[in-house]
Amino acid sequence: MGTVVVDVMPKQEILDPQGQAVVGALRRLNLSQFTDVRQGKRFTLEVAGDVTDEVLAAAREAAETLLSNPVIEDVVSVRDADAAAAGQEDAS
Amino acid sequence: MKVGVVTFPGSLDDHDAARAIELAGGEAVHLWHGTADLQGVDAVVLPGGFSYGDYLRAGAIARFAPVMDALIPAAKGGLPVLGICNGFQVLCESHLLPGALVRNDHQKFICRDQKLRIERINTAWTGDFAQDEEITIVLKNGEGGYMADERTLDLLEAEGRVVARYLGGNPNGSRREIAGISNEAGNVVGLMPHPEHCVEPGFGPGLEGLPFFTSVLRQVVSA
Repeated sequence: MGTVVVDVMPKQEILDPQGQAVVGALRRLNLSQFTDVRQGKRFTLEVAGDVTDEVLAAAREAAETLLSNPVIEDVVSVRDADAAAAGQEDAS
Repeated sequence: MKVGVVTFPGSLDDHDAARAIELAGGEAVHLWHGTADLQGVDAVVLPGGFSYGDYLRAGAIARFAPVMDALIPAAKGGLPVLGICNGFQVLCESHLLPGALVRNDHQKFICRDQKLRIERINTAWTGDFAQDEEITIVLKNGEGGYMADERTLDLLEAEGRVVARYLGGNPNGSRREIAGISNEAGNVVGLMPHPEHCVEPGFGPGLEGLPFFTSVLRQVVSA
């Protein structure tokens, strides 16, 4: 059984109110060295077999059609969870 | 004249929208999210609420509901569609309208009477307003900040597709105080405030939501 990991982040130019709320809470905890926080989403997609190139391509399609909205979010990476230690594959 | 109102799991304002249609003189037809059938209606309202609990992103799951398989091509073909609040979010996620709606910049849910200026009246839903008419209707949203890139915003302004703009201060961080937009043809309109709550004396700040519904009935008659 394989797992594909998809990371989605709000675009840099979009205000991220959730991240703003978190950075405000960090200040209240005196963790004020963190000047900005942005909150994204991580999806793990399980497949019955191995994570092949076809599986990664389908995961990329899922990431771009449903998991993210290109108006406000970027797909930061789509990668095989087991290969994560060996190096990340960029979504582009 | 039959106007469909779609109910998704988590829709809240579908009955209010149906009531507004009836008060305007139309016949409301309830459409179900799980059925790709528009039942021959002449127009459709996508109501407010929290379809699918706003999971993933507001409107993102509803956009792939079976009823949308029928609605999206019909809207592209000219069927009048009004998306209110969550319905506006569904229209953006469906790419029937450009842009997206994100959490209010002040991070709080907002519920108040809101002044608007109606800036485009040659749409299926705003023909009964006067150009630049100022109205007050209910605004209630958690994710009402309208976002689009500068090029898209410039295009919307240049083509006169900003249907309604907030007056008296920006309530949710929407770019350029945008409260509602339309597609090029003017049959598809998305609106963050709620006209369906302002159609009957004694409920809401007035009756200034009613023209949205009378407009589409007139449009359907003359079409």
